[in-house]
Amino acid sequence: MLTKDLVIIGGGSAGLAAAIGAYDNGVRDILVIEKGPFLGGILNQCIHNGFGLTEFKEELTGPEFASRFIKQAEERGIECLLNSVVTNVTCDKVVTFVNKGGTTKIKAKAIVMAAGCYERSPGAISLPGDRPSGVINAGQAQLYLNEHGLMCGKRVFILGSGDIGLIMARRLTLEGAKVLGVAELCAWSNGLNRNMVQCLDDYNIPLYLSHTVTNVIGKSRLEKIVISKVDENNVPIEGTEKEFEVDTLILSVGLIPNNILMVKAGAEIARNNGCLVNDKLETSIPGIYSCGNVLHVHDLVDNVVEEAREAGKNAAKYILGNNEINLSSINTKAGEGIGYVVPARIVIGDDEKDATLKFRVRKPSKDVYILFEQNGKVLKKMFKPAIIPSEMEITKLSKELLVKGDELVIRMVKKEAK
Amino acid sequence: MQDVIIIGAGVIGSFVARSLSTYKLNTLVLEKETDVCDVTSMANSAIVHSGYDPKPGTKKAFFNVRGNKMMEEVCKDLDVEFEKCGTLTVAIHDEQLPLLDELLVRAKENGVEAVLLTKEEVIKREPNINPNVKAALLCPTGGIVNPFTLTAHAMENAIDNGVKIHLSEEVISITPKDDYFIVKTNKSEYETKVVVNAAGLASDKIARMVENVDWNINPRKGQYFVFSPFDKWKKNEEKFVRSVLFPLPSEKGKGILVSRTTSSNYIAGPSSEPVNDMTDLSTDASTLRKVKEGALSLVPNMPFGNSIRVFSGNRATPSTHDFIIEPSKTYPNFINVAGIESPGLASSPAIGEYVTNELVVPLLNAKKNEGYKKTIKKYIKPQTLSVEEQNEIIKKNPDYGQIVCNCELVSLGEIKDALNRSLPCLTNKALKKRTRAGFGPCQGGFCQPEVLRLLSERLGIAPTDVLYDKEGSQIILNKVKEDK
Repeated sequence: MLTKDLVIIGGGSAGLAAAIGAYDNGVRDILVIEKGPFLGGILNQCIHNGFGLTEFKEELTGPEFASRFIKQAEERGIECLLNSVVTNVTCDKVVTFVNKGGTTKIKAKAIVMAAGCYERSPGAISLPGDRPSGVINAGQAQLYLNEHGLMCGKRVFILGSGDIGLIMARRLTLEGAKVLGVAELCAWSNGLNRNMVQCLDDYNIPLYLSHTVTNVIGKSRLEKIVISKVDENNVPIEGTEKEFEVDTLILSVGLIPNNILMVKAGAEIARNNGCLVNDKLETSIPGIYSCGNVLHVHDLVDNVVEEAREAGKNAAKYILGNNEINLSSINTKAGEGIGYVVPARIVIGDDEKDATLKFRVRKPSKDVYILFEQNGKVLKKMFKPAIIPSEMEITKLSKELLVKGDELVIRMVKKEAK
Repeated sequence: MQDVIIIGAGVIGSFVARSLSTYKLNTLVLEKETDVCDVTSMANSAIVHSGYDPKPGTKKAFFNVRGNKMMEEVCKDLDVEFEKCGTLTVAIHDEQLPLLDELLVRAKENGVEAVLLTKEEVIKREPNINPNVKAALLCPTGGIVNPFTLTAHAMENAIDNGVKIHLSEEVISITPKDDYFIVKTNKSEYETKVVVNAAGLASDKIARMVENVDWNINPRKGQYFVFSPFDKWKKNEEKFVRSVLFPLPSEKGKGILVSRTTSSNYIAGPSSEPVNDMTDLSTDASTLRKVKEGALSLVPNMPFGNSIRVFSGNRATPSTHDFIIEPSKTYPNFINVAGIESPGLASSPAIGEYVTNELVVPLLNAKKNEGYKKTIKKYIKPQTLSVEEQNEIIKKNPDYGQIVCNCELVSLGEIKDALNRSLPCLTNKALKKRTRAGFGPCQGGFCQPEVLRLLSERLGIAPTDVLYDKEGSQIILNKVKEDK
């Protein structure tokens, strides 16, 4: 069987950054396996700008951002296979992939899982009504438009205020479509603030908060949708129906880590479908790391590449035998007001000074403290004048503060209630 | 002059066509939809019932039991996924136990193998079942089948043996003549010696084109959830649910079941509500909530978070409560094959055989088709093969190594194959039913643009003319920078 020190699954922003991170930390025998015909992944269809503000201190388009990472990988001579799909990963790190040359098995010393995410489908949210054509996911509409030059429709409504939906509202408007509105189930927007302003406000596209689609009408192609206001339990309120005659309904209702391979490998899976990882981004299978949107969905690619480089660096340490073994770890827990925390575990007693913690709050809040507590003792306290779910929080916690055994709880409290 | 026109290319029309193709007959199938298996045959529970449930002496009982016995060989010949996983009819409450005994008696009368399992035996076989289960009736000959390939491959086999099919052609009138009919469609006009009415939900309407019939089709909608193949991914783990699980049947049907599919997905459903409009296939939140409750009462841990799609189908429920498989009262050469609701899928091969041998052939004095071949050319599915076998076929045709649908691991080669078989494959949905491309958790989010491109290329039509399913169901409305 072929062998490789490091196999990276996915040649998008996460996979490339992980490869670069591993290379820069001493690993040379690296293979990146990419399913598509290009490196760069989803960035290739994101032709709008706004990428790279932290990474490159400038505003790039998706393909520009990707090209810089592709160049960095090329400069290092990192081997990348295109049009190659990984069909299986085992817990002893045998990767099977297929391409036009055949089916190949590779035994890897370490693996970085960087396969990205997919969009939650209309069926997954049990979208009510008929099932005509013209109901399409935002990223899919983006792929049609930006890579194939094809417009999904002319009169469009958007369900969900996720960033891709907002971006598509603007993009379709610029291509001549009429976007009649965006409905969001939550009482707040789930996109970045800049996208709310630049994609909706600038084009006078109305946003219906606390609304959802309650009927889809059309036997062949979509003809009409009905939206309704929802109560605090997200139940549609009768009598609040509004009809829109549209040929297209775009869904931007969440992204799901594309993590089937790790389920197959037997890794422990978190509620969001990503892997449970420790602060080295290592999954429950030693030597298999996970990063980017297959771990948890990021709002900024700049954060993805930073996380992925870290995963690559840690995989390199593992491969080169510089990993401390038999260390204990503590669990993290998303407490009151917190949606999720990555990592799920923090290794205690290794040579890392800090653990990087990423989390999102459940709903927009003002004047709050974020508390990091172990056994009731506050290890760290952050004041936030304003915090929203659509922006991932990243913070470092000194590992010296942590004690063995007890779980680390992150929770949000109102300022008065401290 | 046609010998036979079959109206409808659902599973019944397809098996009638296949059986007729064993004779030297000039057979034409007319289907109003853009594909075979596009209405009731497409949207159902995909169960091969054992035959324990229909009342003894009914046509349902006869054809179900016979069809079930034929199914294994039929699926082997037609390269169709079929698994005899057994069905369990489950009693959750003590007062249901006598009903279970009644069903056991009925099963015996119908000549169907059945055993009563104790609570412990049920739980041992199905660890995820409601722990309050009291007992269950196991019918080991019940199973699951892929209804899309069952129908499509039966029709393909018929075509390979000489049957013709016209898709998107709707019958608008039938005029009886002395010993033949004039069948008028939205596109053409035909003369035929025999008509087989296998028009499913519209079979009463078709029957009334030649005479007044005293039966009706009262469509009943069933709504379902589809789940991702969450346990297939966990290769070392047991199947979440092994058998088809039914609650005890009632007047309204067999109740909300939980079943694996041959593609390792799970389904939960169906609801059962009358609909006025047979084309109404909408789903609604309150009915789906009841479906969910029903499924949870059988399998309390059914992971609804893994639901990837909801759908509904309309049953062709006859007012007579039994299959109608007989010549019209006025015209012996007009044969109604109507009201084929559950257990229609299981019955289909037996119905095809009976209609051919007992009803059509005696009318036409037809000779055997000596060249008849009962098998279809095998479909190549690289991902079901060993690595060595995969490499062998990819070497011969590299398209089998290029994956188009990442979720279901469907290759370019398989898609091209489906587009080049004798049975036309003209829409996104048809391709989905043939190959499973787009059936996975992302529901075609990634692969649909490529599938659309391949369809447009093969059919020689613009991307803006590629249909999702029905006429008018274009996926793409215009090219960029075209007139808006």
